[in-house]
Amino acid sequence: MASAAESIIEIEDLDFSRGPRQIFKNLNINIRRGEVTAVMGPSGTGKTTLLRLITRQLVPDAGTIRVDGVDISTLNQAELYKLRRRFGMLFQNGALLTDLNVFENVAFPLREHTRLSTRLIRHVVLTKLHAVGLRGAADMMPSELSGGMARRVALARAMVMDPDILIYDEPFVGLDPISMGVIVRLVRQMNDALGISSILVSHDVQEISTVSDRSYLISDGKVAASGSPDELNRASSELVRQFMHGMADGPVAFHYNAPNYAEQLLGRDTE
Amino acid sequence: MLRDLYITLRYFVTTFGAMTIFLFELLRHTPRVFFKRFNLVVGQVYNAGALSLVIIMVSGLFVGGVLGLQGYDNLQRFNAEDAVGTFAGFALVKELGPVITALLFAGRAGTALASEIGLMKATDQLSAMEMMAVNPVTRVVVPRFIGGVIAMPLLAGVFSAVGLLGAHLVGVTLLQVDVGAFWQQMQQTLEVKDVVEGIFKSFVFGMIASLMAVWEGYNAIPTAEGVGRATTRTVVITAIAVLISDFMITAAFLKG
Repeated sequence: MASAAESIIEIEDLDFSRGPRQIFKNLNINIRRGEVTAVMGPSGTGKTTLLRLITRQLVPDAGTIRVDGVDISTLNQAELYKLRRRFGMLFQNGALLTDLNVFENVAFPLREHTRLSTRLIRHVVLTKLHAVGLRGAADMMPSELSGGMARRVALARAMVMDPDILIYDEPFVGLDPISMGVIVRLVRQMNDALGISSILVSHDVQEISTVSDRSYLISDGKVAASGSPDELNRASSELVRQFMHGMADGPVAFHYNAPNYAEQLLGRDTE
Repeated sequence: MLRDLYITLRYFVTTFGAMTIFLFELLRHTPRVFFKRFNLVVGQVYNAGALSLVIIMVSGLFVGGVLGLQGYDNLQRFNAEDAVGTFAGFALVKELGPVITALLFAGRAGTALASEIGLMKATDQLSAMEMMAVNPVTRVVVPRFIGGVIAMPLLAGVFSAVGLLGAHLVGVTLLQVDVGAFWQQMQQTLEVKDVVEGIFKSFVFGMIASLMAVWEGYNAIPTAEGVGRATTRTVVITAIAVLISDFMITAAFLKG
């Protein structure tokens, strides 16, 4: 296990259920400082849920989540909000505020949390927009942006407060290859240039392999495998191989639980 | 059967309790939001109030017109057609102004509020605010609630004023009721307490309509279907709650 100095987020023995369905059982993950850590897993394994647990939008049934050594379950709302200012989060669909234009969306956290002058806010926002290549779109409304552009604006907003930890929820979903390449490059650049730690939830194996330092593969509520992309590619576990090579059938069955096919076609299952 | 009744009753009690706690939460934040986010409140008064003006004025004009027709038709049987102004005044200021404005408000502004907040939830905008350490209740919900509460009495006032104009146009201009009698009788019989009753009602209805709208939007299931249902429920529950509370307030004022 990594030491506290190396780890920025430590998840220990985490249990979480939604109704009767147990999503995580004894989950243990360490997010290392300064690295891009990917959390992968088949659809429905609770990857986004994990992000919401890390940011305490959800509360676990058992186990601890520590950010910089602080157990986040002990924080009151003011302390939690203070902690969240250290996070930047990129939501799957961007989650831009639809009543504000691009500039105001990026300026939003600054206006809420700082007393910077209008002139300084303008400088900071334009710098961030320039970093994601969208300085020219500052006056556009979110409804006028393509999916890739919206995500880049959301990325500019996520980093406008200079966070320590950037969280990406499925940043590659639904993007064309060019936009995807841009986002992959930005994730790596932001992480290295700003010296932050990044958590990336995705099931795009190819992109993750190029951008992440360390990956966790989650299945059945536990960590099924972890390591560098190379280590995961060479893993002998059938589950890891199925996931990394995109095989349709394997430990994660192609067919959802169903009665016998022939019997169902003959109508015997209802008798 | 008994079990279903128990489940329904328990659901009603828990929902009502949660809504009351939510209302207290909104009221707790209200003073700070009003002074610190005044521009947001003004924006919401514009959204809920100014943008509802056309529907309120058109409805008020025709409701007033109908009151003029019905009042004249019924009062002339007692040779009291001069009292049509008083009749319209009482009906509009004490009852129809606040009630119909609340129902129209629920249909126009309430649905807009509920669906807007519901969609913000469905598209993770509220979660994004939480993640940016901004409380969505103070940034999104409370300004809309205050905006609705301020806009409702103003709209009810406009409705009643335009309604009286409608009654005048029909009663005086069309049916030749004496203009002096129309207005003077109204002035003599309508008392301050009647106007206070109307203002009080519109304020309470504004609270009810705004609370229902932001509650339904904020607690909507974050899907297209969930937001649609929340929007429909906003209108239905507001209408029922307004009519029930109207009866209770009227009874209380008569007793008082």
